[in-house]
Amino acid sequence: MFSGRRLHLDGPLLIGLLVLSALGLVVIFSASGENWSVMARQGLRLGISLVVMVAVAQVSPENLRRFSPHLFAVGVILLVAVLVMGAAGKGAQRWLDLGLVRFQPSELMKLGVPMVVAWLLTRSQVPPRFAIVLLALALTLIPASLVVVQPDLGTAIMLVVSGLFVLFLAGIRWQHVLMMLAAVTAVAPYLWFRLQEYQRQRILTLFDPWADPMGSGYQAIQSQIAIGSAGISGKGWLAGSQSHLEFIPERSTDFIFAVFAEEFGLIGVLMLLLLYLFVVGRCLVMAYHTRGTFSRLLIGSLALTFFFYVFVNLGMVSGILPIVGVPLPLISYGGTSMLTLMAAFGIIMGLHARRRLMA
Amino acid sequence: MAATQSFNRQPMEASVIRSRLRLAGLLALALSALLLSRLYVLQVSDYSRYQTLSLENHIRLQALPPVRGLILDRNGVVLARNTAVYTLQVIPEKVGDMDLLLHEVGKLVDLEEDDIAVFKKNLRRRPSFEKHLLKSKLDDVEAARFAVNEYRFSGVTLEAMLHRDYPLADLTGHVLGYVGRISEQDEARLDSAAYQGVSHTGKLGIESYYESLLLGRSGFEQVEIDAHGRTLRTINRESAIPGQNLYLSLDVGLQRIAREALGNRRGAVVAMDPGSGEILAMVSAPAYDPNLFVDGISRETYQALIQLADKPLLNRALYGRYSPGSTIKPIMALATMDAGVNPQERVFCPGWFMLPDSTRKYRCWKRTGHGSVNLHDAIEQSCDTYFYQTGARLGIDKMASYLFSFGFGKQSGVDLPSEPSGLVPTAEWKRATRQEPWYPGEDVITAIGQGFLLTTPLQLARASAMLASRGRLVKPTLLRRQENPLTGQAQETQVDALSEAPALAINEKDIEWVIRSMTAVMHGRRGTARASGRRSAYRMAGKTGTAQVVSIAQDGEYDAKSLRETLRDHALFIAFAPVDHPKIAIAVVVENGGSGAAVAAPIARKVMDYFFLKRLHRAALTGAFGVFG
Repeated sequence: MFSGRRLHLDGPLLIGLLVLSALGLVVIFSASGENWSVMARQGLRLGISLVVMVAVAQVSPENLRRFSPHLFAVGVILLVAVLVMGAAGKGAQRWLDLGLVRFQPSELMKLGVPMVVAWLLTRSQVPPRFAIVLLALALTLIPASLVVVQPDLGTAIMLVVSGLFVLFLAGIRWQHVLMMLAAVTAVAPYLWFRLQEYQRQRILTLFDPWADPMGSGYQAIQSQIAIGSAGISGKGWLAGSQSHLEFIPERSTDFIFAVFAEEFGLIGVLMLLLLYLFVVGRCLVMAYHTRGTFSRLLIGSLALTFFFYVFVNLGMVSGILPIVGVPLPLISYGGTSMLTLMAAFGIIMGLHARRRLMA
Repeated sequence: MAATQSFNRQPMEASVIRSRLRLAGLLALALSALLLSRLYVLQVSDYSRYQTLSLENHIRLQALPPVRGLILDRNGVVLARNTAVYTLQVIPEKVGDMDLLLHEVGKLVDLEEDDIAVFKKNLRRRPSFEKHLLKSKLDDVEAARFAVNEYRFSGVTLEAMLHRDYPLADLTGHVLGYVGRISEQDEARLDSAAYQGVSHTGKLGIESYYESLLLGRSGFEQVEIDAHGRTLRTINRESAIPGQNLYLSLDVGLQRIAREALGNRRGAVVAMDPGSGEILAMVSAPAYDPNLFVDGISRETYQALIQLADKPLLNRALYGRYSPGSTIKPIMALATMDAGVNPQERVFCPGWFMLPDSTRKYRCWKRTGHGSVNLHDAIEQSCDTYFYQTGARLGIDKMASYLFSFGFGKQSGVDLPSEPSGLVPTAEWKRATRQEPWYPGEDVITAIGQGFLLTTPLQLARASAMLASRGRLVKPTLLRRQENPLTGQAQETQVDALSEAPALAINEKDIEWVIRSMTAVMHGRRGTARASGRRSAYRMAGKTGTAQVVSIAQDGEYDAKSLRETLRDHALFIAFAPVDHPKIAIAVVVENGGSGAAVAAPIARKVMDYFFLKRLHRAALTGAFGVFG
């Protein structure tokens, strides 16, 4: 991979990403009811995202680290701006209308949070002292709470988790973990009552979707029917009755896995999971072999966050996690999440490709 | 300086992070295994359950209701048919604000309070995902107006369906009965598999009796639907098989004449073919319009109908039970001849009869008496005194066996539901039901068709037919032919197989003797119904009857004018014609009509005139065709 190396890319990772993205297009074509223009639009987004990935990979690790706080600060300001004057979309204020594009600052924060925490921990020692842990938590919770009031519980959780992953990789002490868990348990009841009604409903529905099959349990039940009725070999591409007959809501976006699983069965599911594990595993290996604490922490946390996305999405669609609005990375239809993900992989590749320069 | 520090710490930090990376990798594998086990459960362990759910989700079996068979008269005049009408159906589950919806729909379509009341009652009774009928018969303007606005009303659909319709309304209402919505009681009774998609079932009359022939068989359609319930395509289809078309033996023309002849009196006319038992006309007056019942009659209308003193819902021809009066005298005459009485033997009628050892006088209808009469005179002039004596001589059991053999006191087997048997009293019957012995006085009055004896107009017509056919008792039938509407294959009702052998061997000479007397009733110089027999183009045999509704005190005076109308005598008449080769036998009952001769006999004459004139007319026509054919 000569050209790859000069562009600071990583061959195996790139192949994994391209295979996943291509698979995504195939599934979107089916989920959209064989709509070529939807697939073309997603293909265009993929192209743009790949360009962004390559561009981000060219940023030097040193610059990346140095400008992490700035990126984070800009992100927080934009989140506040969204709250103040954000245009309403889908009952939630997540978008910033910049005229030509609608920009989701919370997406920026998916990069900003792990970067700033990694930056913070790199500045002091690893494993971090308790004061630093608290500071890192604060840096994580500020954007997360701004996102939660949008309200976008799914993204907020992902932001917190991405910050926690950095702390985890930095070797946070287990007693600190226990203390955090105790604190969460203490405030959980309060948070429960701060949740929006539909969010509470989603969590309750997890325990018994059949309690309200036509209401809040509908999505969960219909997607489980789609997955379960596929069997081992699936109903075949474009032949999923649940998805093609519009029984699955949001089948191109958050619930696209149900479409995939219905058409490709357990065999397809296994292949998909292996592809994801390959991508995550490759990233973890890159984190292992890279140089510099910042690079290691950031690559590792971005990889784990990526895996966490996959886990949460598959978990919610298959009914072992509550339904939080988390798309399936690289497969779900939608531009912003694709762009953020590819930018993250650009960062990973860039950091790893220049490990020798990080002396 | 920070850079140097971090450089120095590098190896230690690297090992910390690397150990955590390994841990993270293991965690990721563990979570993947968790996901995979969940998917294994869904896709392998619970596969069949989810597959069933998925199929149920999008494959729906829809019943295709069969088209109900038509009912026609013997000449092919349609009596019951299916017409396309528009209905409004509501799926309550898909409606947000029901009151608002009703209000808005009411602006487009005329919703009556009854419609809404019935609809709301059903709302509570039936599941909300089912279709509920809101309005049954939209006119074309309403249907068009709603169709244009249908998009505004989620959960409301305009549907075309076949609606049972009786074009002749009350003329054939009693015979046909009607279909009505399947009720809860019906559901318990009917085989639900046979009624897939069927909303109505026969409730009375022919519609009920021949339900199984008329119904047909439901078909099925397997359709694929989407999450919104829209039908996308038909996967599989088994067409419904329509019900049989039924040709009745009724002649609507004759039916109409009989109905008009009855006018606005209460009563019944039954005319039948004495050879085959085919019922040519069956009229009960007053009548009702069966169309009122098809989509559920409103409580008020129904209450109004059943509270009418005239009882229009009662089919008197089948269910009315009357004392036959003198119409049974010909049968009594046969009984007395069979007992060895010489018909020429004369009896003196002083206007009354008295049993030996009794002072009670049984009055003849003619107070001045008929003088000396033989059996012939007694029938022609309907002398009660003669038959009082006959009754006293025969005794109830002999009379009863004759009455039974003429079809009284038992069901005729007509193809209509819940036929009553009427009542022929016997000494045994009286002991069993009343714990009383049979008195000789009861022999006396039974002989002139009074007392306990109860007969239906259909039984009277059948007895008349038995006299006409010289002693052959037939089973009255309405169904003449059934026809498969798809293949045109027809099946005639076998009349011969239905006729019964007479219970008693009736002497041929005796019966001719009685028929001569009955002919004299119509055409004799002193015949009671000679006014109705006058100048007929054919010869008739008949017998009048006047049945008491109230008993008159020993020396009381029967004065029709002073009695309330409902207490006046019933007028009865039986007849057949032509005498030698009878083609029609008839029974007429007019409730509180007074005299059988004055009221009932003219009705029979009108019916017979029509019957024979039309027959002549048709014979002339076929003759004309014969020339060319």
